[in-house]
Amino acid sequence: MIIAERKPLAEIIEMVQNCKKILVLACRGCVTVCSAGGEREAEILASLIRLGLKKAGKKAEVFDASLVRQCDREYIDAIDQFKGKYDAIVSTACGVGVNFIANLRPDDNVFPALNTTFFGGSAEQGEWSEQCAGCGDCVLHLTGGLCPVARCAKSLMNGPCGGSVDGRCEINADVDCVWQMIYDRMGRLERQKEMVQSAPIRDWSTAGHGGPRKLVRQDLTV
Amino acid sequence: MSFTPDIRLFSCHYTSQQSCADEGRELQGLNFPGNIRITRVVCTGKLEEVTLLKAFEEGADGVYVVGCPADGCHNLKGSLRAAKRVQAVRDALEELDVEPDRIKMYHLPRGLHPEFVDAGVEMNTRVTKMGPSPF
Repeated sequence: MIIAERKPLAEIIEMVQNCKKILVLACRGCVTVCSAGGEREAEILASLIRLGLKKAGKKAEVFDASLVRQCDREYIDAIDQFKGKYDAIVSTACGVGVNFIANLRPDDNVFPALNTTFFGGSAEQGEWSEQCAGCGDCVLHLTGGLCPVARCAKSLMNGPCGGSVDGRCEINADVDCVWQMIYDRMGRLERQKEMVQSAPIRDWSTAGHGGPRKLVRQDLTV
Repeated sequence: MSFTPDIRLFSCHYTSQQSCADEGRELQGLNFPGNIRITRVVCTGKLEEVTLLKAFEEGADGVYVVGCPADGCHNLKGSLRAAKRVQAVRDALEELDVEPDRIKMYHLPRGLHPEFVDAGVEMNTRVTKMGPSPF
């Protein structure tokens, strides 16, 4: 899922300091699961914005509401139920949600409440780690299911590098060297011979280096 | 100018059971500050962060939570969860450039112990010293 975290309050309050009616809009998708921008977090943020603006001597009404998702046109349409009740939307969705509101509601002021950080998973409650970089050309079948693009600091295709020491990455001793993990795992799976092959120079155009990416499925378009 | 703070206490049902008995008359007799309004909750672990924030929105100058001892919660981890939420509000107050000590968590034994009164007196003294809430 997409992992995100709330921006510093001062930054959010500065965005809306001149607004009189503010809608803090939660997303019930990924950001609810990672406890960054669901209904609970939006209610907390609305309260904090009210307190922050009041302390700054500003008068504003701050509401909170939620949409099923902010990354689909059909759900964005539900914003219209709040029409006229706000002059700014503070979205607690990921950056996709903020962009979608901006795309589909050209006259609405929309501000991001979160910093969208990575695609990740939660192995322990309250902890998330990056697992996928969305590079558009998956190599996990070659690496035992462990991603060198997202999990190697250098995104090496032929690792490990010389900075791998005792299974740890040179950027930080707390970070596992994913190439060591790949090597160990391929050994356990008796697939170590596959590692002798060198990966060719990679075409990164699918990873966004060729501009914004788009996917069209003719079987689904109407 | 004298200032009597508005203080809200959210207390665990078990911790405050005896303190609230007899409509709190015994508590008052022990010099528990009269300006502290007690809200009993089934378990402090049930307290939401937004409930604590709304107390400030409603005009509280200080807020504190009294729950079971950290290693002896009736509901196992309720008071530990409450402590995390109190800490989150402390962090938020700090972000808003407001004294984080306007909110505090206390882990106290069950029953009407002197510590229950001491916590109220301590909170009252601290918030009185800090002055009115900036909200």
